[in-house]
Amino acid sequence: MTVKQLSVFVENRPGRLSTITRLLGDNGVNIRAMSIADTKDFGILRLIVDDSEKAQKVLKGENFAVTITNVMAIKILDQPGGLADAMDCLYKDNISVEYMYAAFINATDGTAYLILRVDKTDDAVTALTEGGFKLVSDEELKSL
Amino acid sequence: METQKRFRDEKHECMSREEMKALQSEKLVKQVQHVWDNVPYYRRKMEVRGLKPTDIQSIDDLHKLPFLSKADLRDAYPYGLLGKPLDECVRIQSTSGTTGKRVVAFYTQHDVDLWEECVARAIVAAGGTDKDVCQVAYGYGLFTGGSGLHGGSHKVGCLTLPMSSGNTERQIQFMQDLGATILCCTPSYAAYIGETIKEMGISPDSLSLKAGIFGAEPWTEEMRREIEKSLGIKAYDIYGLTELSGPGVAFECEEQTGMHINEDHFIAEIINPDTGEVLPDGTKGELVFTSLDKEAFPLLRYRTRDICVLTRGKCSCGRTLVKMAKPMGRSDDMLIIRGVNVFPSQIESVLVKMAKTMPNYQIVVDRVNNTDTFDILVEVDDSMFSDTVKTYEDMQKTIANELKSVLGIRAKIKLVEPKSIPRSEGKAVRVIDKRKLHG
Repeated sequence: MTVKQLSVFVENRPGRLSTITRLLGDNGVNIRAMSIADTKDFGILRLIVDDSEKAQKVLKGENFAVTITNVMAIKILDQPGGLADAMDCLYKDNISVEYMYAAFINATDGTAYLILRVDKTDDAVTALTEGGFKLVSDEELKSL
Repeated sequence: METQKRFRDEKHECMSREEMKALQSEKLVKQVQHVWDNVPYYRRKMEVRGLKPTDIQSIDDLHKLPFLSKADLRDAYPYGLLGKPLDECVRIQSTSGTTGKRVVAFYTQHDVDLWEECVARAIVAAGGTDKDVCQVAYGYGLFTGGSGLHGGSHKVGCLTLPMSSGNTERQIQFMQDLGATILCCTPSYAAYIGETIKEMGISPDSLSLKAGIFGAEPWTEEMRREIEKSLGIKAYDIYGLTELSGPGVAFECEEQTGMHINEDHFIAEIINPDTGEVLPDGTKGELVFTSLDKEAFPLLRYRTRDICVLTRGKCSCGRTLVKMAKPMGRSDDMLIIRGVNVFPSQIESVLVKMAKTMPNYQIVVDRVNNTDTFDILVEVDDSMFSDTVKTYEDMQKTIANELKSVLGIRAKIKLVEPKSIPRSEGKAVRVIDKRKLHG
């Protein structure tokens, strides 16, 4: 089970993030998680939103280069060792994490949400599910 | 099926070498006399060499004549090279003036007709007949592109759409509504129209376009294929200079392996640009033209600064006219970066090979602490897009390495957002040279 992540190519100059976030906001798209991978000249803004299709359309309409990648959104316990358990679960199946970041989702039940991109997504889904981790779908993401 | 004759003027386009030489010789003798009698600027150049018109008996004597360069045209501006009284002239056209002072060329009615006939040959070679609808999206005005193709299209009898450049959506609307079959514009504008058509969700198959005649700026084979695909056409190159008349000095046939020079009107030579020595066919050098029929602006041995190769031999199209390869670039376009000669066309070839589609790019050269900086901005598009930084960094490295092997120097590749490099509706601004090397 995966969720759709938007990756947006962004040049390093003032105002770009402001433009993108305002554009999404004005179109009623809610950002649920984000991270930026940066280099000297450009960055890749990774976004998990409540409506990825709409977000992609809006951004493309403004000439942004956007691509969609399937990533995993998992629920972990918000306590010491919570993340380590999830990592252990992947490591034992020799799955490598390419990148991960935390989501904005505010859980009241002592859990946290992580966005994960790994080298072997299908294997990871199996490993995490079998390890008792909850993976979030696009549908569920909308209601969280 | 009846094969369509694709000659505007079969007699001249398919002449034997001997007939062509005889015709050129006869015209040259007359033209030298005309220039001697009417253009004191050139007459003085001949006198300095101790030459008289009688020293030129045939084209074998052509090499004796002095060259004219762009500098001469500037010195003689505006009337110094005029070969007819102004009241016999009916038109001027002018160069874009990108490399300095404008050049103004004059035309009598005879000159305009001759020019338009040359363009008509190009249109017919691209399959044009009086049944065609020819959309002229070159700029109209001082620039020769618009009026040249316009006049040629009239001569062929095409229905002519005098669009001029710009207003791309209107171009596409006319193209659809009036069923344009031939598009004439700069290759960068053709690429832009192709891109816009794609964005508008219009299939090239739904258009009636069959051919395009593109020129006035350097373009590559890769760009040709890209345009052909995006517009669903066969793209033909056309070559010319305002100084000689305009587009139509040379044109491509269906073989697409070089442009046939209208040598019954323009003698072509290739010279060593450093020594001025005439080089044999098949050797790379600077292209020099002598106009044989022009009355008002009769240039003899005009140095074009275009670097290219001439090849002879009967073409599969049936024409015997000498062929010129696509110029490697004008020496005006050539950049010298860290002492190395760089043609924008070389960079374009590398980029097109690396990306799946033709990326928009811009070369930026500057000088910082006495060292040239050489940056190439490349627009990212969805087809090359990924979610990891590494992919981009690899792409930057691959482009830089490939360029290094082609050019011999390293460029810094900067990836930029789509549509962030200004699009041109005329000539593409591919190079920004910020170095202040002359004071």
